[in-house]
Amino acid sequence: MTDPVIRFAHVEKIFPARRGTPEVAALRDVDLAVPEGAVLGVIGRSGAGKSTLIRLVNGLETPTGGRIFVDGTEVTALDEGGLRRARRSIGMIFQHFNLLARRTAFENVALPLEIAGVPGREIRARVEPLLDLVGLADKRDRYPAELSGGQKQRVGIARALATRPRVLLSDEATSALDPETTDQILALLRKVNAELNLTVLLITHEMGVIKAVADRVAVLEGGRIVEEGPTFALFARPQHPTTRAFVSAVTGSALPPYVAARLKPEAGPGAQALVRIVFTGANATEPVLSRIGRLLRVEVNIIQAQVDEIAGTPFGVIVVGVPGTPATVTALLAALASLHLSAEVLGYV
Amino acid sequence: MFDFLTPSMVDLLIAATQATLYMVFVAALIGTVIGLPLGVFLATSRSGELFAAPWLNQALGLVVNAARSTPFIILVVAIIPFTRLIAGTSIGTEAAIVPLTVAAAPFIARLIEAAVREVDQGLVEAARAMGASPLQIVRKVLLPEALPAITLALTLAVVSLIGYSAMVGAVGGGGLGDLGIRFGYQRFMPEVMAAVVVVLILLVQAVQSTGDLLARRLDKRNRRT
Repeated sequence: MTDPVIRFAHVEKIFPARRGTPEVAALRDVDLAVPEGAVLGVIGRSGAGKSTLIRLVNGLETPTGGRIFVDGTEVTALDEGGLRRARRSIGMIFQHFNLLARRTAFENVALPLEIAGVPGREIRARVEPLLDLVGLADKRDRYPAELSGGQKQRVGIARALATRPRVLLSDEATSALDPETTDQILALLRKVNAELNLTVLLITHEMGVIKAVADRVAVLEGGRIVEEGPTFALFARPQHPTTRAFVSAVTGSALPPYVAARLKPEAGPGAQALVRIVFTGANATEPVLSRIGRLLRVEVNIIQAQVDEIAGTPFGVIVVGVPGTPATVTALLAALASLHLSAEVLGYV
Repeated sequence: MFDFLTPSMVDLLIAATQATLYMVFVAALIGTVIGLPLGVFLATSRSGELFAAPWLNQALGLVVNAARSTPFIILVVAIIPFTRLIAGTSIGTEAAIVPLTVAAAPFIARLIEAAVREVDQGLVEAARAMGASPLQIVRKVLLPEALPAITLALTLAVVSLIGYSAMVGAVGGGGLGDLGIRFGYQRFMPEVMAAVVVVLILLVQAVQSTGDLLARRLDKRNRRT
């Protein structure tokens, strides 16, 4: 196992009190590691400390405690000049693209190379393939105002890759884009991650982004990482309430409101028990429900179902209703356990 | 009605126009050489900014405000010793350039400051993330991105200088203002005064139109796909 490319060790960031506002702890005791070639997604609500976290990696913010390592270098120990050199091997893309309005797509991608002092001929040789890579070869002489949001972010990605960085930071890169464009940009991020063996740290408030690109997830809440792990495991078995809230928003494990409103914790006469079954991996494609119906000789009523793919693995959540007698419920849970499916009684309606 | 435009009067008008243009453009040029870096510094030196030096920022801001709040005609008289030191005399077109420049530099500095502050801070952050030094950020991001606004600012400065230059005429500075006062007012030739005003209007129009056109050309934000 190689060393992680990005590592946070006990990082703390406290913004001092200012006139009228008390001091704010944006990050507390953050430990985080991004392995080489991995995409780590940090998800959190606004104000959770995501932006601060990502800005610490390239020194746009300095921590008030702890140490941060990128590619073996302790960025928190660098002086201004060292930090500038280190930033050239850390690409960054932004929510609002931050392209120069008076530079064409080509000239925008060339900017980091000009800053690094790369000679003009070489700049040309390096920018053209990048525009090809992001699918904008035909827009090379267009100004940002002539490009769509998705195209602007493609320029942003090409620009971030111009200095051949080993690390890419993505600061809510798809939050200003429509869903379809978001998917295209995420696919592009996946592509550059795979083709260039790029280590990616991205922050987002959308679980859909995590689902589409992240290998690992860290959930940030109130400046602390409350849960961290492989994306699939986190979706299948979320532990922290915040994680559950994020997960249920995209996996369809939230009950429809008219069902949720009638849900009771105890079984009444003639009530149905609602059971949530999570299918993961290979068994997501098995005909489990019909098998259970036959096995238990009960009517299985599907309340809600969604099958999806997370981090390349099939993943399904089904909420079923069965007769709410203790015998049936116990038998159902036992049958599911024997099939290695995780199940949970949500309540009775 | 144009019989006041004798050949000699036309010559006078042309010479006065040339003097005005000379004063205005030399003052604008030197004013820009001083005002541009000063304006960039004012726009980037508050605390937390690229060249953070809040005290110097405040001090320079005070000097600029003081110069800007002194009425021009008082400034002209007040700095006569300085004018003599620089130009060797306090009378004539050359000498008039000194107070014009002294008035133009802080004015241009404030206009440039405003133009540079208009540049999206996200661009500065992106440039920092690329590893740009503060000077590179000024050269490659702030100035180029602010160029349309700077063009309009300098246009406004030149137009204002044309107005000021007419005032230095009152203290022997030469140029169109001088001609208007001496012939139009002191020799009771209102037609000359009118001709001077017409030439000034034409000059201002020409400068403003050129500036607007240039700024539009430089601005790439409103392009259609």
